[in-house]
Amino acid sequence: MRAITHDEIRDRVAELAVDAACDLEPDILDALVAARDREESGLARDVLDLLLVNADMASRERLPVCQDTGVCTVFVEMGMEVRIEGDIRAAVEAGVEKGYREGFLRMSVCDPLTRKNTMTNTPPVVHFEPVPGDRLKITMLPKGCGSENMSALSMLPPSSGLDGIERFVVDTVVRAGSNPCPPVIVGVGIGGDFEMAALLAKKSLLRPVGEPSARQDLAELEARLLTAVNAAGCGVEGFGGSNTCLAVHASLYPSHIASLPVAVNIQCHAHRHKEVVI
Amino acid sequence: MSYLKLAPAFMESMRPVDVPFADGVAAELAAGDLVALSGVIYTGRDQTHRRLCELIDQGRDLPVDLAGQLLYYVGPTPAPPGRVIGAAGPTTSYRMDAYTPALLELGLAATMGKGPRSEPVREAMLANGAIYLASIGGAGAFLSRCIKKAELVAFADAGPEALFRFEVENFPAVVINDLAGNDFYRRHGRG
Repeated sequence: MRAITHDEIRDRVAELAVDAACDLEPDILDALVAARDREESGLARDVLDLLLVNADMASRERLPVCQDTGVCTVFVEMGMEVRIEGDIRAAVEAGVEKGYREGFLRMSVCDPLTRKNTMTNTPPVVHFEPVPGDRLKITMLPKGCGSENMSALSMLPPSSGLDGIERFVVDTVVRAGSNPCPPVIVGVGIGGDFEMAALLAKKSLLRPVGEPSARQDLAELEARLLTAVNAAGCGVEGFGGSNTCLAVHASLYPSHIASLPVAVNIQCHAHRHKEVVI
Repeated sequence: MSYLKLAPAFMESMRPVDVPFADGVAAELAAGDLVALSGVIYTGRDQTHRRLCELIDQGRDLPVDLAGQLLYYVGPTPAPPGRVIGAAGPTTSYRMDAYTPALLELGLAATMGKGPRSEPVREAMLANGAIYLASIGGAGAFLSRCIKKAELVAFADAGPEALFRFEVENFPAVVINDLAGNDFYRRHGRG
């Protein structure tokens, strides 16, 4: 067994939180450059340029790419040969608070009824998954709510089939319009049960932007959805053009014979994500 | 990084506009116009709006006279040492729709955020002679540079949702709803 301490986890999570907020990863930067190069609308191209300048300024000046530094969704893959010295959930929470305080990030978490801000950006939403090995992999996905608020889930009847899935996804993204800061990335979770579909949709966002599903029929569905959403014409920031969506990532899981859950999780162009392996 | 070589032509094609607007300026702005705002604006988002409307309901004075002003929907990140403010891009406007008509009744001249407004807000804007602008969602670091001074005015306990007074210079925005009733988003799908 390999030992990992509470303090090490806390400090690495704190670094992840700040780095994720200030540095966009190459996958999203490349996707924005590609979108700019194929964009035909002059205004949309100019705005994409501005977003790339923004990303560069944020990285160099250690400012957040976007002021909505979000609620932290944290995925922890725990090697079964790792022994944690201390409370791992407390360590992740302490790391989020430390990172947000020391990195001058925005405290965006509140009580859902009183709306009173916790002023620590905690608690985060943490998903633990045991995996083989002696490593701890922590993935930080701080998500703003312009995009998160536009997400949706439907328990479709199986008779809806592929057509029903496509209609629901396209309707959800078109209805979101300019609210989630397009060009967006669309995560689609198909199957499982109620909460599994939502989790699949969110985890799909972590696939490198534009990488198709390994399963042929799912990859074809992703391509059809991308074309349909971009044909609707909302465009960059709702200002028109052909780039409403950069990529559709779909994942699936077997479902009940009576059920076809479909979840759509929308991500903004400020697609902040970062991972560390300890 | 090579991205910096890209000069946003956007910034060069904007019309300079002073805020608060001088008489007659709002009427000259048409849906789709790019503007570079310079002057004084106030900020507010969800909790600010809730509190302002509570004060209005109680018949009390607001911490700032909004008549003729521009209200920017933003919850900035805290200012790191040596900076005026942190990242400060627009938040989604529809969450303010429930509160906006009451503020327009007080003479608010313009609001700025991102995303389309509700039908009642569009009607209230026309009735009160106000316009709506969108800035660039997700460009918080860039927009931070356009803010030259930030002063806390009210609701400090609301943290990022406090009401600030900003002095801005060449702050980029697009006119979405003009005084003639046009909506720039409606030209592009459902906006």
